[in-house]
Amino acid sequence: MTRLGLFLSAFVAVLFMTALVIGPANIGVAQSLKALVAGGEGPMTLVMREIRLPRALLAMMIGAALGLAGAAMQGYLRNPLADPGLIGVSGSAALGAVLAIQTGLAAAFAFGLPLAALAGAVIGVFLVMALAGPRGSSLTLILAGIAISALAAAFTSLVLNLSPNPFAANEIVFWMMGSLADRSMTHVWIALPLIVLGSIMLLSLSRGLDALTLGEDAAAAMGIGLGRMRLTLIFGTAAVIGASTAVAGAIGFVGLVVPHLLRPLVGARPGRLLWASAFGGAAMVLAADIAVRVILPTRDLKLGVVTALVGAPLFLHLIYRTRRDAV
Amino acid sequence: MSLLSLQDFGVTRRKRDILRGITLAVGQGELVGIIGPNGAGKTTLMRAALGLIDATGHSSLATLSAHERGRAVAWLPQSREIAWPVDVQSLVMLGRIPHLDSGQIPSDRDRAAVDRALQRMDLSAFRDRTVTRLSGGEQARVLIARALAQETPLLMADEPIAGLDPAHQIATMRSFTELASDGHSVVVSLHDLGLAARHCTRLIVIDKGGVVADGAPKEVLTPDLVRDTFAISAFLQDTPDGIVFQPLEVKR
Repeated sequence: MTRLGLFLSAFVAVLFMTALVIGPANIGVAQSLKALVAGGEGPMTLVMREIRLPRALLAMMIGAALGLAGAAMQGYLRNPLADPGLIGVSGSAALGAVLAIQTGLAAAFAFGLPLAALAGAVIGVFLVMALAGPRGSSLTLILAGIAISALAAAFTSLVLNLSPNPFAANEIVFWMMGSLADRSMTHVWIALPLIVLGSIMLLSLSRGLDALTLGEDAAAAMGIGLGRMRLTLIFGTAAVIGASTAVAGAIGFVGLVVPHLLRPLVGARPGRLLWASAFGGAAMVLAADIAVRVILPTRDLKLGVVTALVGAPLFLHLIYRTRRDAV
Repeated sequence: MSLLSLQDFGVTRRKRDILRGITLAVGQGELVGIIGPNGAGKTTLMRAALGLIDATGHSSLATLSAHERGRAVAWLPQSREIAWPVDVQSLVMLGRIPHLDSGQIPSDRDRAAVDRALQRMDLSAFRDRTVTRLSGGEQARVLIARALAQETPLLMADEPIAGLDPAHQIATMRSFTELASDGHSVVVSLHDLGLAARHCTRLIVIDKGGVVADGAPKEVLTPDLVRDTFAISAFLQDTPDGIVFQPLEVKR
């Protein structure tokens, strides 16, 4: 575990530094890091502190959030195919953002879009809670999440459908692909408190998730409060996924694939998988965001497209491996 | 000292009484077999007594806080759920959760408890194997070891020996007997009346939502009770090797 932790944190650190020194502005490695740390006047410091640093920080935070939420969701539902988007928060956050773009709120007010997305996430999570109830089985939670996701997707399509303005429609489509381009430190400050708070909540589930390996009955009899766990899971996931979607759009497959990849390395224990997946998610999104800038630097390749392009085949391979092991 | 006491205990589901008017107490050093036909309410009785489902009347376990209950009783459900491919000793270590404060990592004491449980269930050679790759019977033994590692005064197990081979069925019943002679108590639901008669110190017969008999196996398993409750005839004899109970024919 400690070896895996060291490896993953070193990996994330290397990717973070790489993310800082890559960009269209052609600055040398030593020079750019000096400009970041030492500051001073000039465009170099501005590029480093206002463009690359927030981008790298967001990639790390959002990746960690997605990985962590995915591991928590899979552990709670005891299903390796569960995804943090399952409870409908990412769908409703996206709807909030789409409405902000469509109504012009996003253009009129600099942080109208992330704030509208957060509002969407909050409404989504309360609707899911109202539908699924504070107690009850994981099945009702999944069903409520699917219902809210479907509803949010339907409204998003409706907005696109009726959009009189092709530019707004275009912007909506590109926003929904997920990206970290042109984000500022203010985006970091919007997302950071929610991601930290939600991550603390999700990490506190560690022991309960371990106990759930034996099923709900055995876990409850060992003194695990399932009702409280469920609330912590829902609100923790809503905080990290709502915040991530609000600043970066929908970035798929990270929460699904990262826990799956790391599970064998932590002895399949769901509690330990939480930490590992947070690091693994950070690494995956940092790597994807570096790839976005390296592969097609002039074409504004979207981050969510890259994670899906990498994640989907990886996921297929994992399904194939699971099938082979099951026989 | 009573480890479990139920007073005027009942369970109602969908306006139907599943159990009613149950009063019983389990003291130290007992190996209690809960027997009864399918659907009699054995599982419901145990789950309700633990406070896992709503019930009427009084149960000494249901009134404990969740944390205290985890140290007072270990519960082995009938569904042998193992969600993730963890190794055997990690799974058995889960039984120590009620003894750990939040954030505390397992100590030597916890590891010793796991070793004892593995030894009792004849699993020491399996400790590093992946649970989900073991056979069904082996998995059942791992889960029993998990409950044993909890080292609680009372162990409640729902059909723990179903699906085990004869040697491990007998060995498991014997380890329950050992637990009972150490001053713990064990409450198990069973369908194998022969093993129940032979190993349990006391049998509680559940039928039609109530207790129809409660006492030493020889007194409980009368021809009348066996016919009325289980609809069978049976052979029962106290031999030098212990009680022999063998079901013979269906009597309807």
